[in-house]
Amino acid sequence: MIHFDDVVLGYGAGDPVVRGVRFTAAAGHLTAVVGPNGSGKSTLVRALLGRIAVHGGAVRVDGRPIAGRDRREIARAMAVVPQREEPAFPLAVRDFIALGRFPHGGAFGGHTAADHAAIARAAERAAVEPFLARRTDELSGGEWQRVRIARALAQGARTLVLDEPTTYLDIAHEMAVFELMDALAREGHAVLVVSHQLNLVARFADHIVLLHRGSVAAAGTPADVMRGDVLERVYEWPLVVSRDPAVGAPVLVPLRGRGTR
Amino acid sequence: MSASARVRWATLLAALVAAVTLGLAFGPVPIAPLDVWRALAGVGDAAVVGIVRDLRLPRVALGLVVGAGLAASGTALQATLRNPLAEPYLLGVSGGAAVGAVLAVTLGFAAPGLVPLSAFAGATGAVMLVLLVARAAGGRADPRLLLMAGVVVGAFCTAAIMVALATAPEGAVRGALWWMMGSLGDAQWSGVRWVAAYVLVGVALLALWGRDLDVLALGEEAAASLGLDVERATRRIYLTASLLAAATVAGAGLIGFVGLVVPAIARALGGRGARETVLASALAGGTLVVVADLAARTALRPAELPLGAVTALVGVPFFLWRLKDGATR
Repeated sequence: MIHFDDVVLGYGAGDPVVRGVRFTAAAGHLTAVVGPNGSGKSTLVRALLGRIAVHGGAVRVDGRPIAGRDRREIARAMAVVPQREEPAFPLAVRDFIALGRFPHGGAFGGHTAADHAAIARAAERAAVEPFLARRTDELSGGEWQRVRIARALAQGARTLVLDEPTTYLDIAHEMAVFELMDALAREGHAVLVVSHQLNLVARFADHIVLLHRGSVAAAGTPADVMRGDVLERVYEWPLVVSRDPAVGAPVLVPLRGRGTR
Repeated sequence: MSASARVRWATLLAALVAAVTLGLAFGPVPIAPLDVWRALAGVGDAAVVGIVRDLRLPRVALGLVVGAGLAASGTALQATLRNPLAEPYLLGVSGGAAVGAVLAVTLGFAAPGLVPLSAFAGATGAVMLVLLVARAAGGRADPRLLLMAGVVVGAFCTAAIMVALATAPEGAVRGALWWMMGSLGDAQWSGVRWVAAYVLVGVALLALWGRDLDVLALGEEAAASLGLDVERATRRIYLTASLLAAATVAGAGLIGFVGLVVPAIARALGGRGARETVLASALAGGTLVVVADLAARTALRPAELPLGAVTALVGVPFFLWRLKDGATR
C-alpha cells in the first residue's frame, strides 16, 4: 500500500516539480496515475525509489514513511518496474528474474528453496516460462516487458509499481499487461500504474489520479475523472468523452486541430 | 556446479597452468616443461632450480597477479559504468595511478608497500576527474563521453609523468619506458608480494559484491528498485577497481587493454553473473599477461618488447572490433 501525503518533490533549489500530491494506492485495487508529459508522473516513481528529495509531506509504503528506511526492506514490500531499462550485458531470462530475489539475499546471494519457488511462481504468473532459457537481448518488446514484470513479482512484494509498462507494445501485448495488472490487484496486491493509455486505464483501473503541472487535477473512479471538460483543460487539446458501446467504459476521443473536427 | 561450469573452470585452469609452464620454460636457457615442474618442486639440477625458482618464477607470478588485477578491475568498471569498453587504462585510472607511483618514487617514498598506496591515491583522483569531466560534458551515461574523458585524463597523466621523470635525478627512478609501456622485467619477490596482497584483497571484495555488480549493470533505477544503495555500492566498487589498477601499475607500469579484452572473453565463455565473471577474468587475465610477457621476451630475441606494446597490439584491434560491433550503442 502506498500513500502520498501532500508530497512536495523537486530537483535542487528550483521550483518543485510535484506540489502537494495526495492519494492512496490501496491493496486490492488497480490505481492509475495519468497526465500529460511533464505533469510529474515519473517524478512520483522516482520518489518511491528514493532517487529524489522529498521537500514536504511524506511518501509512505505500508503506512511508514520511506525516508531513512532500509532500501532492501522497502524492496521486499514494494516492487517497481522502471520505465526504461536495458541490461549492460545480456543475461539468461532465468537469471534476470532471479535478480528479483536480491532484496532477500545474504552477502553471498546464494538461492534458497524459497527463492527458487518465488522465481518459478513469478515466471508462471507472468507467463514467461517458454523463454526462461533465452537471453534478454533475444526477446520481443512484449516478452521483455513481461520478463521485467516477472522479476518484480519475484521480489514477493505486496505492492507493485509499473511506470508506463505498455509503451511500444501492440494491442495484444498491451491488453495482456493490463489483464495481468488487474488480476494481481484482484489477488490482493496494491498495484500502481503510470500510463498514457487513458482508455485502457478507464476500463481497468479502480481509481484514477489525473496529474497536471505537479498537482492533482482530478481523482476518483473512471467516471469521476474521465470528463471531457477536465481532460480538455489538462491536456490542452479538444476532445470528447463518450461511452464505449461494447463494454460501457468511458472512451476519450481526441479531435482534430481546433475548429477542423 | 553444472557440467558446463566444470568445463569452463577446467579450461581456464588448464590454460593458466600451460601459460605458467611455458613462461617458466622459455628464456636464454630453455628448460623442458617436465623439468620446470621438477625444479618448482626443488628436484633436479641446482642451476635449473635456481633459474626457475629465483629468476623466472617472480616474473611469472607478477604477470599472474598484474593480469588478474587488471582484468578484475575492468570487469567491475564495465558493470558499474554499464559500458563494455570501460577498463582502467582507457579510463585514465591507470594513468592516475602511475602519476601517484612516480611521485612517490621521485620524492623518495619507495618502500614496496607504499608505492601502491600512493598509486591508489592517484587512481582515485583520476576516477573522480574522469566522472567530473564526463558529467560536465553532458552525463556519464554516455559511454563515448566517458571514454573521451578517460583518454584526456590519461593523456594529462602521461604528460605529468614525463615532467616528473625529466626533473628526477638521473638513475633515481626507472625509465619512462618502464612506466609508459609496462614491464615485468624488474620482478622481485619483495614487490610481487605486495602487489599480490592488494590484488587478492581487491578481487575477493569484487567477488563478494558480485550480486551488487549484477544489479548495478541493470541501470540506476532498476538497481534502486531492487533495494541496492546505488551510490554506496558504486563508490566502493570504484575504489576497489582503482586499488586493483594502482597495485598493478606500481608493480609493472602501465599495461593497457587487458581489462578490456579479458572480461569480454570471460563473458563469452558463459557463466551466470558477475561473481563468476570476476573470478574467471582474474584467472584469464593472469594467463593472458603471462603469455603476452612470453611473447614480449621471445618474439624479437634478444631484444625485449615492452609488455604494454604487446597487449596494445592485441587490444587495439579488439577495441575497434567492439566499437564497430556497436558495443557503445
